[in-house]
Amino acid sequence: MTFSPELEAKFEKLLRSYPPGRQRSALIPMLMFAQDEVGSVTPEVIAEIAARIGISELQVREVLSYYSMLHTKPMGKYHIQVCTNISCLLTGGEEIWEQARKKLGCGHKEVTADGQFSLEEVECIGACSWAPAIQVNYDFHHNVTPEKFNALIDSLRKLH
Amino acid sequence: MADSVNLTIDGKAVQAAPGTLVIDAAKKVGIEIPAFCYWEGLTLQAACRMCLVEVERMPKLMTACTLTVAEGMVVRTETPLVAEARKSMLEFVLTNHPLDCPVCDKGGECELQDMTFRYGAGEGRFDEMKVHVDEKQWSPVVYFDAPRCILCYRCVRICDEGMGVDALGVIYRGVVSEIAPNKEDHLQCDECGMCIDICPVGALTSGMYRYRTRPWEMEHTGTICAHCSNGCKTTLGTRNGQIIRGNNRDKSGINGEFLCIKGRYAFDFNSHPERLQSPLMRIGGKLEPVSWSRAIGEVARRFTEIRERGGRFGVVGSNRTSNEENYYLQKFARQGLGTNNIDHRRTGDVPALIDALAGRTGVLATVKDVYTAKASLVIGSDLAQQHPLLAYQLRANWRHHQSHTYTVTRGPVREDKYSVHGVRVEPGAELGALESLRDQLKAEPELVILFGDAIKGEAVRRLVEFGDSLGIPVKYICLVDYSNSRGAVDMGLLPHLGPGYQGVENPGMSLPEMLAAEDLDAFWVVGANPLEHNKLAADRAFVVVHDLFLTETAERADVVFPAASAYEKNGTVTNVCGEVQHLRSAVQTMGVKTDLEILGLLSKEMRINLGMWTPESVLREIRQTVRGYNVALPVIAAGGAAQSLPLNGRVTLDSRPELIQSAGDTLFTSGTLGRYSKTLLSVLEYPGVLYGEAAEPEADRR
Repeated sequence: MTFSPELEAKFEKLLRSYPPGRQRSALIPMLMFAQDEVGSVTPEVIAEIAARIGISELQVREVLSYYSMLHTKPMGKYHIQVCTNISCLLTGGEEIWEQARKKLGCGHKEVTADGQFSLEEVECIGACSWAPAIQVNYDFHHNVTPEKFNALIDSLRKLH
Repeated sequence: MADSVNLTIDGKAVQAAPGTLVIDAAKKVGIEIPAFCYWEGLTLQAACRMCLVEVERMPKLMTACTLTVAEGMVVRTETPLVAEARKSMLEFVLTNHPLDCPVCDKGGECELQDMTFRYGAGEGRFDEMKVHVDEKQWSPVVYFDAPRCILCYRCVRICDEGMGVDALGVIYRGVVSEIAPNKEDHLQCDECGMCIDICPVGALTSGMYRYRTRPWEMEHTGTICAHCSNGCKTTLGTRNGQIIRGNNRDKSGINGEFLCIKGRYAFDFNSHPERLQSPLMRIGGKLEPVSWSRAIGEVARRFTEIRERGGRFGVVGSNRTSNEENYYLQKFARQGLGTNNIDHRRTGDVPALIDALAGRTGVLATVKDVYTAKASLVIGSDLAQQHPLLAYQLRANWRHHQSHTYTVTRGPVREDKYSVHGVRVEPGAELGALESLRDQLKAEPELVILFGDAIKGEAVRRLVEFGDSLGIPVKYICLVDYSNSRGAVDMGLLPHLGPGYQGVENPGMSLPEMLAAEDLDAFWVVGANPLEHNKLAADRAFVVVHDLFLTETAERADVVFPAASAYEKNGTVTNVCGEVQHLRSAVQTMGVKTDLEILGLLSKEMRINLGMWTPESVLREIRQTVRGYNVALPVIAAGGAAQSLPLNGRVTLDSRPELIQSAGDTLFTSGTLGRYSKTLLSVLEYPGVLYGEAAEPEADRR
């Protein structure tokens, strides 16, 4: 399996970033970058990364299944992550979560029919000072209200 | 650093070497500290927290499995605080553990049951739904029931570290963590079942054994595996005359906890539906069942007649029958039939090694030496496939003692992963390749050399010369194939050598010569299958076969005796290292007799006096007359291994190395016998490969 030249370069650099014999340290970033490009961590990606690092596919799956940010099925173009941990919960995170389910018509780790959006209820994303917070792909949105949430989704829909 | 550390455990003064773990130090003085995750010899996990103990001047309870002993340490292993802690740990473990003990295979021998019984975590405060996951089948022999798993990681560690197979891992996290196989939904591995036996609960269960019995309803018989030459102890669990389980959970025997698929599961040939249960005689061109007396009478009559008219006999012994049977057979042939035409399928050049080492002591390595030697050299063997116990020992030696391993093989082997040097050679060039290792080997403090059938004849002498030239203590193991291949040679199933490597005056015919001799009058095969790939040239020869099954050889027979298997007889066998161990009869199959009894009845019928034919009396004779076999009976009787040392004299060699060839069995084949093990045939990995290549074409096996 080959990746884009940019990703190949990133992998190259990652594998050289650790002392000889410690290449497995590159596993998590490699999985993250591959997921961003391929859309999810497919069995081919698992096999390829395992081969490049020199570990077994099972060892890759051990790590992959541990982290909730790594997906084995494709998520939407915009992956909406709603925090419902304590700070967000106290400031209306649950309402955002309910609003999100209604607005997008899908549930936890589900994708909308057009493939544009996916939804995930997540644990703390470290934005407690601006709770309730959500994350869209890698971007944070602070002090979210149901109205602001709707507006955000509508604006994303207009982008294409 | 002091040589030993003094500490107190439960008021007892204990001395232990620095670095000893408290859990091991306690065991030395008879104090058992419970643990699920701790397993002697594997890396530390400290996952189960059952081994918590109180240590004076330490603020919290400590895990005895990770705490090393220290001078003046005062440990208490059974205080109210410790009991309370363990009870609480059990309550945690039991939050998701199903209480299906009445149908669980492990019920009755489950460590979690025992601990709960001991600490009484009878009430849980957890009132939510238990996490349930359906049971999975990973291979014909391995099933996994995730809810029962207590995540001790023993299975993962024994597979990764002990076996070097890396087939198990842990996926997901927290309360839904699960053990996972290497091929997503199934296993591709050695199918050894180590993970099942090491499981403290019933999470990993065996396809052969599951739901077939309760452990307390079985009888247990410790005997020696019937397959390869390593001589592992396997404890057979039997019920209603059937073998239900093989394992070595009590770690008795030279193999400790180790067993491969053959020792653990391939006992099923014993109850194969094609087992012969009546003597067969050729009547009107067809093999028909007849009575024992008629079959014995017929063979005795024909043998007597052939002997009296000076006809030619050819006798073939087995690599799997006991020492007593082999000894008695050669005595029968030589004294009773007056022939030296006796041979067996030779799989390693033991006589050449015995000769080359004549007069020395301490030069034949034991299975234990492979674990303790500072360095080992493997020549011409895919050890992990062909000699799984030796491979396990070698690997453990590297893990525990950082021993150095060298390999000289014709293809990649599992030992490469940790060997300091692996040399790839063309078959036949093994000996020459040793020169490249000379300097490295010279620097080692000692060496065990394990060599396969690539080194035979003159090459064995040259190997020993090479060993001598290193100037370090060297021990040797000549690798042979089957459970009593070594015993067959020791007992003189050879045309030119009698028991104990004593030369005979008129050497007889070798096996290929017997097969080619058109004027052979009688061909007597005791537990072998020489006609699997060969034809018997003597069309009119009277053929007698002892076997468990109607093999290719038995089909050619005029009389077939149904023989008892190794699991149905008493006696001794000698493993690849020359270690003599006791076979114990675990079950009986109706209609069969042991080869020794058949030989005895035949001799009686023929009025030949060869002495009593009980295993005990024949062993007595062997101990008195066979060179090197005056082994300590109490050791053998107690289930131990006593090494035979037949090195006090030169051996008359026939120097015909072309007769020696290993059958090249893998982990999943076992000559003709292996064909009758449904388990071996059922696993995906069958028939297995040597040196990572496609399997060799089946040679004449068994």
